[in-house]
Amino acid sequence: MTISNKQMTKEMIEKTVTSLSREDVIGNKVITSKWEPKLQYAWDNGPAIGRYLAELKNGKLIAKKCRKCNRIMIPPRMFCELCWRPTDEWVYVKDSGTVNTFVISHVDWKAGRLDIKGGVRPFTPAVIEIDGASEGMGILHMIDEIDPQKIKIGMKVKAIWKKPAEREGAITDILYFKPR
Amino acid sequence: MVKRVAIVGVGTTGFRATTPDVSYRELTYEAATKAYLNAGIEPKDVGAFVSTAEDFTEGYSIADEYSPDQLGAVLKPIHTVPGDFIQSLANAYMIIQSGFCDIAVVQGLSKASNMLTKSDMITFATCPFTWRPLKESHHAIAAMEMNRFLQSSGNTREQCAKVVVKNRRNALNNPRAVHGTNLSLDDVLHSEIVSHPLGRLDIAQYADGAVVCVLASEEKVQSLKGEPIWIKGIGWATETSALESRTWDEAVYLKVASQMAYKMAGIRSPRKEIDFAEINDEYSYKELQHLEALGIFAKGESGKSVEAGLTEITGEFPVNASGGNLGCGATLELDGGHKVIEIVLQLRGQAGTNQLKNARTGLAASWRGVPTTTGAVAILAKE
Repeated sequence: MTISNKQMTKEMIEKTVTSLSREDVIGNKVITSKWEPKLQYAWDNGPAIGRYLAELKNGKLIAKKCRKCNRIMIPPRMFCELCWRPTDEWVYVKDSGTVNTFVISHVDWKAGRLDIKGGVRPFTPAVIEIDGASEGMGILHMIDEIDPQKIKIGMKVKAIWKKPAEREGAITDILYFKPR
Repeated sequence: MVKRVAIVGVGTTGFRATTPDVSYRELTYEAATKAYLNAGIEPKDVGAFVSTAEDFTEGYSIADEYSPDQLGAVLKPIHTVPGDFIQSLANAYMIIQSGFCDIAVVQGLSKASNMLTKSDMITFATCPFTWRPLKESHHAIAAMEMNRFLQSSGNTREQCAKVVVKNRRNALNNPRAVHGTNLSLDDVLHSEIVSHPLGRLDIAQYADGAVVCVLASEEKVQSLKGEPIWIKGIGWATETSALESRTWDEAVYLKVASQMAYKMAGIRSPRKEIDFAEINDEYSYKELQHLEALGIFAKGESGKSVEAGLTEITGEFPVNASGGNLGCGATLELDGGHKVIEIVLQLRGQAGTNQLKNARTGLAASWRGVPTTTGAVAILAKE
């Protein structure tokens, strides 16, 4: 006979299950095995992402066009994944755009809770369709300088950049986007 | 009735020590473009895709998700095998056999040069309870196997060194190979000891590269322009993971995998019915150990056969005419892909300077490297 979870009484659980506490583990009351892996990579950017990052350092956003489907794609790519052909010219696009979607997040990127009640600003990542790129072509970034509750889909935004000397050829060379 | 399945298109970037000019995307795109052109297809003709990727070597979690774009597989059926390329080939073979589709694509990739802490990554593959705390080098694990294999088979370290000389020399004439060089037996025997009896030159260096194969059912082959190379047999196996009780003197995983492939192909006497082989030689002794596991040579006979020149390009049973892993590089999950493409090129008469005479049936055999006991075999033929 099997017993469903609903049928298990508190008493039955206490008699049959012993859960480990954090103290049991940290205090070495139970035998544990630990290992910190050392995993380091240096990914080759390739010509598309390589140029994209180099242009970010210049304070510019660059895309690449496929003449067959006429899409102007950002981040740029060397081939069009839909037409299955090499892409054509490089196209500078604007550092402004439109919010496609966004979120007001009460947890950080590690899913740790932010102290919102204590005054910490929620994280407000967004997908921003870039002006000059094709519809639906956007980049993932952050929205700031606005009350999170006032962010709207369709809102026009523009990039706020790091100072030129501080840029390193990374997506974080843009600090965030703000309403324009 | 069992359907016949052929490889109708192959494409590769070749193998290079580093590939700083391209990301994995462009690397795969090049191999895929070549393979589709070779088969005379476009991605829209493909019913299913199988990619080969292991997260820890790619450096991405759920690396599968990064596979579709560069294969033209966006919004198409695709799945990833976190194993060897030949296991992916087996997946695609079965997809066609099942009647799901008539054309399937297999992809494999190595960006080994992007892994900065390779030894740590391999150590991370060992059992965290019983081996990892002992901090053994992966080369030491291989050397323990080499010791046991040489002792039980009667093969010698000198014969292993001959494998290195042969394979790295073969690589000199293979435009896809990166580690070709002309060594003397003495050079190999006196290279600095890594884990005795393994010296530095007994160990294959890594390489980057990509391979894509297009597979088709017999009915479909007729209408495609690619010259078909038939998959006659395929097999794969993994022995216990326990280092403490695995078979150390022979590569039993490859023995079992090859028996599965021979049975499927109806092969009773592999040495007579197969003309040549491309087999894993990530460590020099592995070529000998694998040859014996495959039943090409009897126990203790592989070393003598290599010494006698039987496995040379001009020999009776050429082994690793491409240069093998010692000459082309160790390519992680791509290992079987390197073997398969070299076999296909040989069978089509497109192997260039290293072209073998009378290549009708070839055998590809891969190994997933230390600490695994996984091997896979594919038997490919012109007819």
